[in-house]
This record gives sequence, structure tokens and C-alpha cells, in this order.
Amino acid sequence: MDWTFLIVKLIQVIAVFAVLLTGCAYMTWLERKLVARIQSRLGPMNAGYQGLLQPVADMIKLLFKEDITPKHVDKFIYGIAPLASFIPATLSIAVVPFGDSITLFGRTYDLVISNLNVGILYVLAITSIGVYSIIMAGYSSNSKYSLLGGLRSSAQMISYEIGMGLAIVVVILLSGSLNLVDIVDKQGSFVGWYVFRNPVAFVVYFICAVAETNRSPFDLPEAESELVAGYHTEYSSMKFGMFFVAEYANMITVGAIATTLFFGGWHGPFLPPIVWFLIKVAAFQVFYIWARGTLPRLRYDQLMSFGWKVLLPIAVINVMVTAFFVL
Amino acid sequence: MIEARTMTLNMGPQHPATHGVLRVQLELDGETVVRAYPIIGYLHTGIEKTAESKHYYKVIPTTDRMDYLAPMSNNLGFCLAVEKLLGVEIPPKAQWARVCLTELTRLNSHLVWIGTHALDIGAMSMLLYAFREREKILAVYELVSGQRMMSTYFRLGGLAEDLPADFDQRVREILEEFPSKFDEYEDLLTNNPIWRSRTIGVAKISPEDALSCGFTGPLLRACGIKHDLRKANPYSSYEKFDFDIPTNDGCDVYARYLVKVQEMRQSLRIVRQALDGMPDGDYRANAPGVILPPKERALKEMEALIFHFKIITEGIHPPVGEVYQGIESPKGELGFYIVSDGGPYPYRMRVRPPSFVHTAALDKLCKGGLVADVIAAIGSIDIVLGEVDR
Repeated sequence: MDWTFLIVKLIQVIAVFAVLLTGCAYMTWLERKLVARIQSRLGPMNAGYQGLLQPVADMIKLLFKEDITPKHVDKFIYGIAPLASFIPATLSIAVVPFGDSITLFGRTYDLVISNLNVGILYVLAITSIGVYSIIMAGYSSNSKYSLLGGLRSSAQMISYEIGMGLAIVVVILLSGSLNLVDIVDKQGSFVGWYVFRNPVAFVVYFICAVAETNRSPFDLPEAESELVAGYHTEYSSMKFGMFFVAEYANMITVGAIATTLFFGGWHGPFLPPIVWFLIKVAAFQVFYIWARGTLPRLRYDQLMSFGWKVLLPIAVINVMVTAFFVL
Repeated sequence: MIEARTMTLNMGPQHPATHGVLRVQLELDGETVVRAYPIIGYLHTGIEKTAESKHYYKVIPTTDRMDYLAPMSNNLGFCLAVEKLLGVEIPPKAQWARVCLTELTRLNSHLVWIGTHALDIGAMSMLLYAFREREKILAVYELVSGQRMMSTYFRLGGLAEDLPADFDQRVREILEEFPSKFDEYEDLLTNNPIWRSRTIGVAKISPEDALSCGFTGPLLRACGIKHDLRKANPYSSYEKFDFDIPTNDGCDVYARYLVKVQEMRQSLRIVRQALDGMPDGDYRANAPGVILPPKERALKEMEALIFHFKIITEGIHPPVGEVYQGIESPKGELGFYIVSDGGPYPYRMRVRPPSFVHTAALDKLCKGGLVADVIAAIGSIDIVLGEVDR
């Protein structure tokens, strides 16, 4: 290990982290703008041109809000729950390749923070940790709304993780690798994308991913009409901000993983790889927002029965059929 | 021994989905509702009591504040009751204008209902679509009365003023535009699988229970009982209008949704007929001594001026007696029961609010459902707390 390697990695980490967090901030702007467009409104207009500075203003506001810790909360768990939500959300982006390897000064660098051999397992493991933060927040807040929200969401995330895992198994079967860089390389150009070779897996994956990130129409944990705000009801200031950022970071991660697993990663004609990667990820985010602007919310029991009785069998059959053809 | 314990969850009065300040105490077994206990009184205004110390004319503005989503219907109910007591004949133009405006009010109320109900179930955009359309109706209110919400446009004996010159054209614009908007709403909701799964079979009530709970209006019609005061006991010339009463046998939230959506289309039909057949003539009855003469006349004629002065200062003295007048408000049967002792103030005014009756049935609707169904149930019974606590 030498210094250049470390420095390059450090630059990569900082760059990716910065892009991810800026992405989160601008996701909120994009969401508000697009939903406003769907609802024939304008959305934020005052902070900067077309409200472009709105995320900055929001962040400043959140930072300067009073950080309220209600009485009777479990202070330690209450305090670390936002962190437990925020950190895993940002961690899983580390194994996602966002470009081809480049050569600088006679050395080759992969455009991925960590070219992990078990990349997919890492992603699954890290995203699962997010559940704990929700349970912790719901439990420690000492509020019934939070508790119900936390329980709902943990049940939901665990159930949908199974379907998601099975969808990913299909990709592993097709590519024969757990390494995300390999998976991207195997897909190659347009026709080889796994979304075309196995669309069912993609649909299952994406539905599960939406449920996993607690977004509409699966946004039960924070169903504001029933549970006020769900597990983060009692949170304020930047602690709330962390849950908020984590949600958006999760959405971006899901978009990035879906791009990598099913849409050929950074592959694409004419434009540089990174641009293609960002375009694909952004398309997923638009889809998220579109669903939110249009669909009502499922009920808890319906959501669970949909996950266990519909998605899971489909995913299992899909795995078996794929395995049959691959072997 | 393991003892199953229920959890008490307090929903409201400050809760995003309870439409104002309704408080519902839920007893939950897991997420299943064992008991839903509505607690009211957080918006108590004392309108019934206040009416006892106001001249008949001056009660009208307070009625606006009961069901603030349907002010004209409240005005109409009160005016009709007092007019019945006085035995005054209302000129056709005023009757037609009242029908036209109360049907617009029905649209107004139903639009707010469809928006908030859909929002509660998670379809956020519907709220803004519905409010966009509602804005046009509020503009018509403003045109006729100068007020967007608390219009107080109806007076005893007719209307406050003649209809403005461009009233006809403005309302026709609404008639042109709304059907396609309603189609859009139905595109978004009627066949949406999530919407259907959230509403079908939810908060069911049998027709017998609905009757014994005193359900009226769209809720009763969603139980398959074809009862509408506009047909059953016509007032304000409703018998001269041609419209259907939509019913549905579903008895659930979805049935209520379908009935109301169809009702909105029927309302458009009635408004169109009212505009087409709008008669000429006086906008207020000519009954010296009891009905306020139009302002133009009071400024020119001695007698009118005298009556104007007397009615404003002394009030009117209806004959001793009592009267009940029910109308089909957007939410059900809105009844005004007025007792007169011959003095200038009502001796007693009692309002039969549909929202209050429907709120009382909340436990029946919610029992056995999930917490999420409570939200759907509250949305579907379409209550306004101003009316519950009047």
C-alpha cells in the first residue's frame, strides 16, 4: 500500500460522499418541484432561481432548530437512532461502481470505492441495519405513535427484504458473481441488461426496494394520517434531519443498486460513463416521486399479505425458473 | 396466566386526519380497533344558544359558521324554516337562484370531501386537484356575496341582492369545465387497485343499522336506500328539476365514494337546469312588514324606508308556533327546528346536524377494523366539526 493509493481512495470517498449528500439535498428539491408540477402548483420559488437554494435554506433551518428531547425517552437509544439510520444509508454506496476503470499516471483505478468480492451481500447486510434505527427510534421515543410506526416499519422492511434478496439471487445466478463490478461487466451493452433478460426479477426488486425505503405507496411507517409521523414523531432539529436525509440516501442507493444490477451500470453510448450512471439513477428517483404524487397508500395488513402471498411466491418461482435455464 | 391487554390510543383533537378537532379514543388490540369513542366539544360555538338572542335576520350569518364547507345550505335551511313560519311565498327567481347556489355548495362540500378523504388514504395530489376546482366555486360565492366562505347570501324572503350580470356566464364556465375534471378524479381513484383495496368492505354498516343510527344523505344512499329530501319532501321548487338519486348497495367506504362522485355530476345537471330556466322577476318576496324590502326601494320609497327601519331596529314578529324544515345538505338531512313565542327573537332554535348523527355511529363503523380503517371511516362519513358542535 502506498500513499498515492490512499490519497486517491480518500478523494474518491470524499467525492462520492459529497455527491451523495448533495444528491439527497437536491432530491428534496426535485421531489417538491415534481410533485408540485403533478399537483399544478409551483413548488419552492423564493430561495434562488426556481427555489434552487431551498435545500440549503432547509438545512440551515434544521440545524438551528431547537433540539428537543422529550421527557421519559431512553436518552442513549434516542440519541443514536438517527445515526444508526443515517450511517448505513450512506455506507452501501461504497461498493457501487459508477464508471469504467481509468488510468492515471500509469496506474489503473477502478471507479468504485471498494471493489468488494461479496459486494451484493455487503449491500444486503448494510441496508438491513437500517431497520434497527427505526425500532430504536420507535421504542425509545416513549410515544404510542412512534412505537406503532416503528413496529410496522420493521415488520415491513424485514418481509420485503426476503423478496428483494430472492430477486438479487436471480442476478447472481445470471452473472455468476457477487461482485458488483463483475455484474456490470457481464451485462455489457444494452441487450445484455438483466432487466431485459429477467424483467420479473427487476419488478420484484424494485417493488421491494420501494417498500424497503418506506416510500409511497408503502409509506406506512410514516402514514401521517394515522400515525402522525410514525417513528420520528418525537424527533426535531437535525436528529429529524438525519432520518430525513437517510430516507433520501436510501432512495438514491436503491436507484444506484438497481442501475448496477439490472440496467448495465455505467454502460451507455456517447456520453461518459459517470453521466450515464447519474442519468439512470436520476430516472429511478423520478419514478419514486411520480409514484408518490399519484398513488394512495396501502393498508398495513394488505401490504404484508402482498409481500408474503404475492411477491414472495413470484420471486421464488422466478429463481427456480432462472436456475433451470442457467444450469 | 397471560392477559390480553388493549392499548388506548388517542387520536386528535390535534391530528392531521380528524378533520378539525374531532377526538377519537381508540381502544386497540394490536392494530385492531376494539372500540372507537368519539369525543366532541372542542369547537363548541354555541350557535343554537346565540340564536335565541338575535333577531331572525341576524341569525343567518351565524348559520354560515356551522357547516363552513356548505354555507349556502345552512342559510337555506334556516331561511326556509323561518319563511315557513311566516308563511311567505318566495318569488321563482329567488328559488331558482337558491337551487343553483345550493347545488354549487354541494359541489364545494363534496370537492373538499374527495380531496381530504383521498389525502387521508394517501393520494396526496387529489387534495390539490379538488381545491383547484373548489376555488372556482368560491369565486362565484365572492361574485354574488363578496365573501368566499361565509357568504350569507340568502335572506328571509329571497336573496340579499340580485344576481350579478355575469353570474350566468361564470357558472356556465364551471359547467363546461367540471365534467372533465371529475373524469380525471375517477381515473385516479375509481379503478385504482390500491384505492379499491383500501375502501371496499371497509367501515361497513347494514341498511337497518344505518336507519336506526339516523343516517341520512349520501351515507344512507350508499346503503342502497333511496332517500333524498329533494325528492321525498321537495323544497325551494326542487320538484321542478330533473335529476337522479344515485344509490349503491355496497354499504362501505367505496360505495359512499361512488355515490358522492355521481352526486356531483347530478348537481351539475341541476345547476344547468337552474341557469337555463332562471325566471325573471323579483329576487325577494314582497311582504311588507315581515320581509326586508330591497335596498334600492328603501332608498326611494317612503313606505319601504319605514319598513326597512322597523325591521332592522325591531325585528320581525312571526306568529307563535313551531316549525321544522329539513333540507338535503351535502352531508345529509340538515334540519332547523324553530320555536317562536311571537317575539323578535327565536324562542329556541335547534339544528339537526347530519355530521353529529354520523359521528355518533363512528364506533359501529370502526369496530373490528384496523387503525387505518378508522381514517377511511372518518373520511367517508364526511363530518364538519363546526356542525357537530354548533
